[in-house]
Amino acid sequence: MENQIPEIFNAIPHTHYVLLSTILFVVGLIGVMIRKNVIIVFMCIEIMLNAVNLMLTSTSAYYSHAGGQIMVFFTMAVAAAEVAVGLAIIVMIYKNLHSTNIDVFQRLKG
Amino acid sequence: MIDKIFYVLSALTIISATLVIISRHPIRSILFLVLTFFLVSAHYVLLNAQFLALVNIVVYAGAIMVLFLFVVMFLNLNEEMVEVKSYLPWFAAVISGGSLMLIVTSALEKAVLTSPQLVSNYNIGLVENLGSVLYREYLLPMELSAVLFFIAMAGVMLLGRKERISE
Repeated sequence: MENQIPEIFNAIPHTHYVLLSTILFVVGLIGVMIRKNVIIVFMCIEIMLNAVNLMLTSTSAYYSHAGGQIMVFFTMAVAAAEVAVGLAIIVMIYKNLHSTNIDVFQRLKG
Repeated sequence: MIDKIFYVLSALTIISATLVIISRHPIRSILFLVLTFFLVSAHYVLLNAQFLALVNIVVYAGAIMVLFLFVVMFLNLNEEMVEVKSYLPWFAAVISGGSLMLIVTSALEKAVLTSPQLVSNYNIGLVENLGSVLYREYLLPMELSAVLFFIAMAGVMLLGRKERISE
């Protein structure tokens, strides 16, 4: 393929991508703080991870350095492992406490 | 033209991410989260990072969301959980999140984002370039992520096994 500048780099400044990722991250953070269902809290962590991924990818694309996109690849790998282990923990806690409310989980203290 | 696509896509992404955190039903949250992942993949396509767009759809919208859906159906969370009555936590969360955004944007205003453009290869997001970088310079982290997956698999099996009756 020919090495031509994609149209988006001239049309959109990189700052807008940073702003978009920041807004996505903040939305995820607000969700972590206000939701009670622990599965939805987990999903908000996924939104935050996606915001960081978008930031890394846009920076890597604008500065034409492949390291950022490789880092996104590893972030996805770690996120997949994290989700598997975290959901297993949630299922085990549900078996013991019969709830996924995050306020009930303070009974776990030992 | 492409700037309009970008702004519409960004607005849709933010709206669907907001709907994830305000919808009451967990299944609805998961479906909006899938929509968010697809929109983020569209952003990757726009940034000429096709490999990451595909991996994002396969890993997030394919594997992770199936896990979430499976757990929600397995736990039978269809009854709505009693959320907080007062709006005080919402105010606190929105104010603290908004102040974080204010800090980041004000730091961004001072930042000098000059693009060095030492290497002007705009096709780095394609599979062939990213694959050669991944298997040459980042070979050790690649192998270590395989070890991580193995450990995660073993951990999930350990967590999910039947409790043995203690004698």
